[in-house]
Amino acid sequence: MADPIQQFEIKTIATLGKIGPYDIALTNSGLFMLAAVGVISLLMILGARSRAMVPGRFQSLAEVSYEFVANTVRSSAGKEGMKFFPFVFSLFMFVLVLNLFGMVPGGFTVTSHIIVTFVLALLVISTVLIYGIATHGTHFFHLFVPSGVPMFVLPVITVIEIVSFLARPVSLSMRLFANMMAGHIALKLFAGFVVTLGGLGVVGFAGAILPLGIAVAITALEFLVAFIQAYVFTILTCIYLHDALHPGH
Amino acid sequence: MANTTHTEVPGGAKSSGGFPAFRSETYPSQILWLVLAFGALYLVMSRVALPRMAAILDARHDRISSDLAAAAKLKADSDAALAAYEQALATAKAKAQAIASETRDRLQADADAKRKTVEAGLAAKLDAAEKTISADRTKAMTNVRGIAADAATAIVERLAGAAPSSAQVDAALSAVSK
Repeated sequence: MADPIQQFEIKTIATLGKIGPYDIALTNSGLFMLAAVGVISLLMILGARSRAMVPGRFQSLAEVSYEFVANTVRSSAGKEGMKFFPFVFSLFMFVLVLNLFGMVPGGFTVTSHIIVTFVLALLVISTVLIYGIATHGTHFFHLFVPSGVPMFVLPVITVIEIVSFLARPVSLSMRLFANMMAGHIALKLFAGFVVTLGGLGVVGFAGAILPLGIAVAITALEFLVAFIQAYVFTILTCIYLHDALHPGH
Repeated sequence: MANTTHTEVPGGAKSSGGFPAFRSETYPSQILWLVLAFGALYLVMSRVALPRMAAILDARHDRISSDLAAAAKLKADSDAALAAYEQALATAKAKAQAIASETRDRLQADADAKRKTVEAGLAAKLDAAEKTISADRTKAMTNVRGIAADAATAIVERLAGAAPSSAQVDAALSAVSK
């Protein structure tokens, strides 16, 4: 039976050089990231090319993506949140397309690597921190000191708030990483059962039907998860950006 | 699992075990590609793609709102025209009614005046006729006296053979008529 972990292996396609002790190489991960950038850019640029008053299919897809993210930003981060729109839009499309690339047979799921999701989460949190401190100064730290809390519980609340803030990049990256990885392992496992049981002859054929059905169902579920996790990542980003825009309440 | 990966020599053999996502020797390369790819995506989106998209959506939004405004203006115009038409219709009706009633009054007045003149003429004629009748009657009454005198004279002449004098007859008539 095929190893369900094998699909997450980083493979080197071409070695480009070394930085310090590390090999810098074009890997399958890097290739899929570049492909995602290419696909998103093509969609958005070609979608906007005709500038039609009544959009065609391609332009509609691009417009729907735009409007969807714009509405998410407006509703979660407020009107001022629109200054982060290009960032949030890039983030959503990047994660979504990478998740969906993972659903292509033989594809590679970049977002099933904790380092990728963690760097994205760090990018979000550092954006919040840098913007928050740059615009609000020390007032930004009111985020950790909620108003209207009695003095004697304030230290406890402040500690909790700081810990929850520090936990954000971890939870944000873990959620996406774990969802993508677990789903793909489950899919691979059930698909592996089908092959193994199918090799056992007539009894095996009958026994393979159940895992086959489950594999089909999980595939459908994984498409849903691919979208939902991209959306959750985006909406949490918007909520954190809202904190950067309006700290201290 | 993470502990086992940390013990490995970075950049070592790719066949080293452990879960792929926790193999730290792959991190620098992944981070590099992520930074390059996401940076490129962000640049393309923020500089090229999203402004174009925003321009298209804004243009459509403007077009729709201007069309709606134009439609609202046209509707207001047609409403105003309808109101003006109804106003004109009401004025015309009122005017027609006024003309009709005025005409009716005038005709009524004419008819009354004519009737009055006719009635006045008739009354005058009636008066004249009555006067003629009473004059005729008076005249007739005086004639009656003459006829009575003539008749009395003739009767007396036949009975007595001699005609009485007119004075005698006159006296006798006056006595009878009293």
